[in-house]
Amino acid sequence: MATSYCGKILRINLSNKTCRVEELDLELAEKFIGGRGLGTKLYMDEVCPTVDALSPENKVVIISGPLTGTATPTGCRYMVVTKSPLTGMIASSNSGGKWGAVLKYAGYDAIILEGKAETPCYVNIVDDKVELLDAAHLWGTTVETCKHTLEEAHKGASVLNIGPAGETLSLVAAVMNEGERAAGRSGVGAVVGSKNLKAICVTATTRSVMPVYDTEALKAVTSKCMAKIKENGVTGAGLPTYGTAVLVNIINQVGAYPTRNWQHSYDENADATSGETLKEKHLVKNGFCHRCPIGCGRIVEIDGKHVGGPEYETIWGFGSNCGITDLEYINRANLMCNEMGNDTISVSCTIAAAMELYQKGYIKEEECEGVPLIWGNGEAIVVWTERMGRGETALGKLMAQGSHRLCEHYGHPEIAMVVKKQELPAYDARGIQGIGITYATSNRGGCHVRGYMIAPEILGSPEALERTAIDDKHVWAKIFQDLTAVIDSSGLCLFTSFALGAAEYAELINAATGTNYDVNSLLEAGERVYNLERVFNQKAGMDPSEDTLPKRLLEEPIAHGVSKGHLSRLDEMLPKYYEARGWENAFPTQATLERLGL
Amino acid sequence: MEVRLFATLREKREKVVDVPWTPGLDGYALLGTLGIAPEDVAIFLINGVHHRLDAPLNAEDVVALFPPVGGG
Repeated sequence: MATSYCGKILRINLSNKTCRVEELDLELAEKFIGGRGLGTKLYMDEVCPTVDALSPENKVVIISGPLTGTATPTGCRYMVVTKSPLTGMIASSNSGGKWGAVLKYAGYDAIILEGKAETPCYVNIVDDKVELLDAAHLWGTTVETCKHTLEEAHKGASVLNIGPAGETLSLVAAVMNEGERAAGRSGVGAVVGSKNLKAICVTATTRSVMPVYDTEALKAVTSKCMAKIKENGVTGAGLPTYGTAVLVNIINQVGAYPTRNWQHSYDENADATSGETLKEKHLVKNGFCHRCPIGCGRIVEIDGKHVGGPEYETIWGFGSNCGITDLEYINRANLMCNEMGNDTISVSCTIAAAMELYQKGYIKEEECEGVPLIWGNGEAIVVWTERMGRGETALGKLMAQGSHRLCEHYGHPEIAMVVKKQELPAYDARGIQGIGITYATSNRGGCHVRGYMIAPEILGSPEALERTAIDDKHVWAKIFQDLTAVIDSSGLCLFTSFALGAAEYAELINAATGTNYDVNSLLEAGERVYNLERVFNQKAGMDPSEDTLPKRLLEEPIAHGVSKGHLSRLDEMLPKYYEARGWENAFPTQATLERLGL
Repeated sequence: MEVRLFATLREKREKVVDVPWTPGLDGYALLGTLGIAPEDVAIFLINGVHHRLDAPLNAEDVVALFPPVGGG
């Protein structure tokens, strides 16, 4: 019987230059779905959690979901799973574009990378032919130059690659595909770079859509989901019209928009960098991932070239968080991040932390080598992004290790706005309580897309919750985290969840694979994934005290604006959250693991 | 009274509109004054705090209106 899994894993050993195709255990696949869930399971079965993330002993699982490459809305995503060199915990970074779908069209659910090549190399896959080739001519090139060179050499190939940041082992380096799509977070690009692997090209010549278990059923549920996505105000109108940056004004108006490295939470100039202004002054056209009916991507023009524009987190990070009010500089910093192959959130937030260190006199002017880290210095966000990406200047090298290590170096760790050493995104958890519990308990460290509590607390979706209350936020956080783990495992984009619920995801996965998930068992599968990640972190040496927020959010009330006086009430929410999860002292109990079949 | 408009609600309108306050004014009446249909408003903030459209308004309030939008 057909299923949307290929049933094949490509194992590439870079040390001895061998490639082997292995069968995917379909029972295991159904239990962990795919993507983030199955990737974590495959990774954990092979790698010791205490491994040095940048050593040859670490491995990288690049994996699609069962809906990747199917004719479903946004069915294009893949996940990069490994141990993070930034956090020392599990990393699973998600990306769209087309590469993940092409990998499946070529016949593989996943690639497992192991070992380390002696010299720089890249992988070229054309259906069942796999070769390792010399990448000496590509090493040192930017993401776009490398992509272009490989597209010329291998006509029709879809290219995944790292940039200079991954090569120089920046702990905030991304894995990029199609030039500007990023598996951005947790330094996964450095792990690939540590293996001397520059790129993976994939060409599929025989198919352009995946076969599925029940074609008619998938067609029917896809049609229903497409209608919901089109009719939904967010996915059908808001996101296509303004992109994610429409959030700039909303989050600012509720006084939870971190400004100047979270020293303030309202920026009176935020509208100058909003999604509305981006549309009015810079937008050329929308950008779409493969099979996406939403089109939240922004294409902007820089020096006569059409390039990927910034999304919300990037605009915030390089914008208000660095005191910048000019979108032109933000567009350029975003492009530079893509060229270097770096994570825009961690890079921009590290620059913001450096600006606060400079403001307070801890970083000296002479360390800045001609480009002072002054709030609002547009040139600085572009130049320091490049220096971090290329590992240039002593300070640039230090900043490339992320804000935690930067601020520790100067003796002021309290300035790093991180959870588990990973930079926080663009929502102040003092003014929005629920997002604080998901930040603090995110298995990959500071992150908003592991349980997007902004949806109910700010956007009123699927129902409105009072943002400053704690009430049942621990329960909501758990459900959001579990559902997100499902979506991240399925191969779909998280943005579909503005329009779709667990019932639709179950129908889609069942029609594609022949599973029998209902809402409860699907959420339990998500819970299984969340607990599995937590088990990895426990074995990797996570301390329970790391489920916390930066001191600033716990002890310094918001100073100005409509959320003035608020602090995060994490200490009240956390015990209730652990109870709801069946965890004791931050980790799953034996009974919880048994209930989830772990 | 200061009313801030965002996203599509700005189309063919100013970004900030000064609306004369009258006793008993609530969100619905305000939208009527601006010619905005209630179903086009997903987020109704009074002084940065979410409210329902039937919430009463004071002369010194700052109102922010958003259509359905999202991101992440």
